Amino acid sequence: MRILIPTCRDNEAIETRNKYIEVPMNQHFDTEPFLLSFRLAGMTTAILFLLCVPLAWKLAGARSRVKPFVEAFVSMPIVLPPTVLGFYLLVILSDRSPLGAWLGDTLDAGLVFSFEGILIASCVYSLPFMLQPLQSGMEQVPARLLEASYALGKSKLQTLLRVILPNIKPSLLTGVVITFAHTVGEFGVVLMVGGSIQGETRVASIAIYELVETLDYTTAHLYSMILIVFSFAVLLLVYTFNRRKGESEGR
Amino acid sequence: MIAVSARKRLFGAGGDFLMEIDVRIGRGGITAIAGPSGSGKTTFLRMLAGLTAPDDGLLEVDGRIWFRGKGGRKPRVNLSPQERGVGIVFQGYALFPHMTVLGNLLYASPDRAMAEKLLAMTGLRQLRDVRPGNLSGGQKQRVALARALMQKPRLLLLDEPLSALDERMKSLLQDELLKVHRELGVTMLIVTHDSSEIYKLCDRVLVFEKGGIAADTSPHELFVKGATTQKFAFKGEILEIRAVDAIHVAVVAIGNNLVEVVIDAQEKESLAPGDSVVIGTKAFNPTVRAFEKGEFDFSKL
Repeated sequence: MRILIPTCRDNEAIETRNKYIEVPMNQHFDTEPFLLSFRLAGMTTAILFLLCVPLAWKLAGARSRVKPFVEAFVSMPIVLPPTVLGFYLLVILSDRSPLGAWLGDTLDAGLVFSFEGILIASCVYSLPFMLQPLQSGMEQVPARLLEASYALGKSKLQTLLRVILPNIKPSLLTGVVITFAHTVGEFGVVLMVGGSIQGETRVASIAIYELVETLDYTTAHLYSMILIVFSFAVLLLVYTFNRRKGESEGR
Repeated sequence: MIAVSARKRLFGAGGDFLMEIDVRIGRGGITAIAGPSGSGKTTFLRMLAGLTAPDDGLLEVDGRIWFRGKGGRKPRVNLSPQERGVGIVFQGYALFPHMTVLGNLLYASPDRAMAEKLLAMTGLRQLRDVRPGNLSGGQKQRVALARALMQKPRLLLLDEPLSALDERMKSLLQDELLKVHRELGVTMLIVTHDSSEIYKLCDRVLVFEKGGIAADTSPHELFVKGATTQKFAFKGEILEIRAVDAIHVAVVAIGNNLVEVVIDAQEKESLAPGDSVVIGTKAFNPTVRAFEKGEFDFSKL
């Protein structure tokens, strides 16, 4: 689906800077980068949610000396430049690395410069944004509630599903929404691992970069404004919900 | 029948100490666990519930081993709280805040008939759809009790269940506990500091001190002994001794009441503010005397 929007510039031949970066020849508003961004963010969020709930549960209950090492390791994407992360993911995911080759065979897809590749990269990059809210939420649930549940004969899994998760709804919302929004907003890692292949890896943030590179400011404005409004709405949703939740609990 | 023989190193505010408990508790009774804070009362309950493991020892309930330490030749055993099926009422109640009163009960067991019975028994019928955040202390206490009873436990542990409530509510809930005990025949262990509660509810008192059992007796023995030679006797604490003209007056707090008692010069020398005392009367003269050595210090309950 494409919506045509007149632009102020003529088509011109642009050099191909990189064989993996296809240069759009016909600038117009296109929903594809946004759909791609949302698909990537949705899948990343779903995968990370399923992965981080048990991981956060493990970490929240852990008193082992290994815990700080694990916490530091999974939080690294927050502080590392996306290029560092992107570079090593590129190395690891490439066909030449044993892991990349195995993953590629298993998923039946080339991982570098493909949607599957940026999906894996996004999961690594956004992991702490899902893990940290869940873990801190779980750590704030009073230990007495867990003990009460165990004493009532309920297993750890039942306790997690029926006592812990319902009691950390604000943290769940924060984790899900921030992970989604952060994935929509990522740029460096996707560019490094995925390049800019139309319909495959050219997500909204990369499309904007391309538009600016090709001096199509009109479309760049349009795309950017969409992301600004989206980000604001998402953050407003989180803060409004968590505020209301806090008020209803008398905090 | 519960047979406990447990050792555990505890880290108290006043330094480390070794907890050593050897006790047998029969079926069907209500046993009070008293003693100063930090003496291991709550830890004892947690050991029975499987929430804290002793360092070593043996815990046997009705012929089944719940815990066996590494000391013996036989392998270590430590049943999980889930396997023990002990009912426990926590200090602070630990109700699930996202569930209604009925939801809290049904979480324990989906037995609706049992839930209805317990709601009726504890007077909570009208509050079934209310969440714990909107309940008073006494109501929360009832929910915690009803929830702990949902699984029909044979052993019910209560950690200072009534300490946060006012006198009227306390008395009401004590009656309720007795009713529950009568109707369900559950063995109860209650951690409590309240002497009237011990007297009213319990048939046995274990007094904990520094991780050991300092006294194992009946409430009657504990409270009435020492007072029987006098017409009446109250335990209190001296707040102040002041001179009034030629005599001395001691201000003594007995429960929530203050009384003034005239004391002679000799008594004045042997008593000081902060002392625990017994105020009794023979004939018409109230007397004040210090605790005798070895006599139990009630104020530490």
